[in-house]
Amino acid sequence: MKKQKKNKPGSAQKSTDDSFLLKKKLRISDWLAEYIIRGVAFLSITFVVLIFVFVFRETLPLFRYTDHVELIQDLNVESGQQSGDSDAGDLRPDSYGSEEELRPESYGGVGELKPEPYGPVTEELKPETYGPVAEELKPETYGIGVEDLTGDETDEELDVIPIPLDENRQAVSTLFSNDWQPVSNRPRYGLIPLFLGTFKVTIIAILFAAPLAILAAIYTAVFAPPRIRELIKPAVEILAGFPSVVIGFFALMVLATFFQNIFGYSSRLNAFVGGFAMALAAIPVIYTLTEDALTSVPRTYLEASLGLGASLRQTAFQVILPSATPGIFAAIILGTGRVFGETMIALMATGNAALISLNPFDSIRTLSATIGAEMAEVVFGDAHYSVLFLIGSLLFIFTFTLNALAEFYFRNKLIRRLQGK
Amino acid sequence: MNRNTKDIIITALTAVCVLLILFVIIAILVITLIGGWKTLSWEFFTSFPTHGMTKGGIFPAIVGTALMTLVMTVAAVPLGAITAIYLAEYASEKSVLAKTIRFAVKTLAVVPSIIFGLFGLGFFIKFVGFNMDRIFYSGNLHWGQPSLLWASLTMALLTLPIVIVSVEESIRTVPRDMREASLALGATKWQTIRKVVIPGSITGILTGTILAISRGAGEVAPILFTGAAYYLADIPDRMSDQFMSLGYHIYIMSTQSTNVDETLPIQFATTLVLLLLTFSLSMVAVILRYRIRKKANR
Repeated sequence: MKKQKKNKPGSAQKSTDDSFLLKKKLRISDWLAEYIIRGVAFLSITFVVLIFVFVFRETLPLFRYTDHVELIQDLNVESGQQSGDSDAGDLRPDSYGSEEELRPESYGGVGELKPEPYGPVTEELKPETYGPVAEELKPETYGIGVEDLTGDETDEELDVIPIPLDENRQAVSTLFSNDWQPVSNRPRYGLIPLFLGTFKVTIIAILFAAPLAILAAIYTAVFAPPRIRELIKPAVEILAGFPSVVIGFFALMVLATFFQNIFGYSSRLNAFVGGFAMALAAIPVIYTLTEDALTSVPRTYLEASLGLGASLRQTAFQVILPSATPGIFAAIILGTGRVFGETMIALMATGNAALISLNPFDSIRTLSATIGAEMAEVVFGDAHYSVLFLIGSLLFIFTFTLNALAEFYFRNKLIRRLQGK
Repeated sequence: MNRNTKDIIITALTAVCVLLILFVIIAILVITLIGGWKTLSWEFFTSFPTHGMTKGGIFPAIVGTALMTLVMTVAAVPLGAITAIYLAEYASEKSVLAKTIRFAVKTLAVVPSIIFGLFGLGFFIKFVGFNMDRIFYSGNLHWGQPSLLWASLTMALLTLPIVIVSVEESIRTVPRDMREASLALGATKWQTIRKVVIPGSITGILTGTILAISRGAGEVAPILFTGAAYYLADIPDRMSDQFMSLGYHIYIMSTQSTNVDETLPIQFATTLVLLLLTFSLSMVAVILRYRIRKKANR
């Protein structure tokens, strides 16, 4: 704007009195406003980075401790040979202190939890475990605990530290096993059944959602008369507004029984029911993005095709649809991301049994449902807790990658294609 | 098969897909309505759960949801609106910062809601909360636990992209002429934004707020371990209290209740309340947005 003012021929006629108008004055309020706005806008980047950092941070103990176990054991072999009790004498207060500090995190709670049965207890446990355990945790425990272990205390004391360390190492070593049994005498954190279940339910959901949503989008974008189009789009937006817990409840109470009557499978809640319900969550995502991609195809394509004598159906499927494919791929990818991270529907409608099976009518346990179900009853800081955060990190990386792929690769491809390059 | 019949069949097939989607929407609405209608009463809205949550109402869950969305709105709407103003007014399309912000907003929109829950636990509770306790409360547990504030802030992050997108959309519908007129009269850029752009896009800010409330009221995953409680004998009166929420209540009652069958009417009624709440909010938002778009096309 300022430049335009300067270039105006009118300014030449004006007397020198007006020249102060042309000078760029520093206005505090304007300057401040711009920088505050810029700063606030920058926050959203900060949030993404923070999510990344803090979800990862909680998984770190899992890997940091692992290296140290060997280190400590080596040192202990040495110190056992070299030094007797005298050496440990002055160090004891230190290390005993850390034992107490560690307990609430690693031992106490585990003891409380273990005898309890697994499934439905979550909520009864919650008030007790959440509250008192956290109270016992002194602020120092959390913050310094990690550094303490990695730093000074490595060179002594076998009976205090190695047990939690061992637990973490064991947890890491069972990550690729076939059982997910986090609450048992010998906990096993095999992620394979969880991944398998998640992929199974995602595939089922996308198989339902993608064809339905894409065909519906084609109808809306090409065939539907304008007035009907104005009705369909808000309706699908309203489906997008349904809370996932409502869809989950609907699947649990209505769909599960309905499908059981049709297919006659044994486990009432399974991947099929969950997948169908998640399709309801994915349909609005895929529909909206596909519809956008289809309507962004230039109208001249449609007119040229119709002008050459093709029918509307031929135009839709042989001209408009192929031009919009990158956009439709992006839509499917984002729909996949939506299903992959869906928690409430998975918790309520998939049965939550970590089985290794390819049968769509078996119960499954998804990654996100595992976090949702177990985080409340877990003890802060122990291996189980870290493994749940590890699952969260993996989920985050996965959806982040999918989004980046859809955003940068497919969207750019669509834009380039439609601009005729 | 000649071309005409093929055309008709395939067109009809796509129409059937639309009908199927509409059918599912109506089925969900009707089934919840039938299942929950009879339980709805004045008592149901205004009384606490009784008899180990097998009887009574959902008053604390309604209050909890309202408080949580209120705090969430206070946090998310100003942040989202300002970011949208930056993206629409200050940022040039080519600047790297603006592109990064756009990508970050899109990322926030697709991150699974459970990740927000983990973030709330890892950042707000275990980092901010613990350190606040250490500094201000000499280590006594006050903020380092699940609470209304942390759950609301977590939810605010989740709803931030919704606000940004709808505010930005409506800012862009403010005609360029009006901005130029304001600038030509000697107003500075900030004055123009404050006096012309923001009043002109107030509908968009309202739409964004409504959509955010609708989303926030229904989400459960982010508050699973950042503040939602199974049962509370009292409504929360401080920001550091836990709270009950409608969505969490549905989840608990339908999966972990001692007697799922007996509480079925309550579950359906709670679902109906939540569904009607989000449904009516999204209806209002859809209508407002429709008006914005009509204005833009004029």
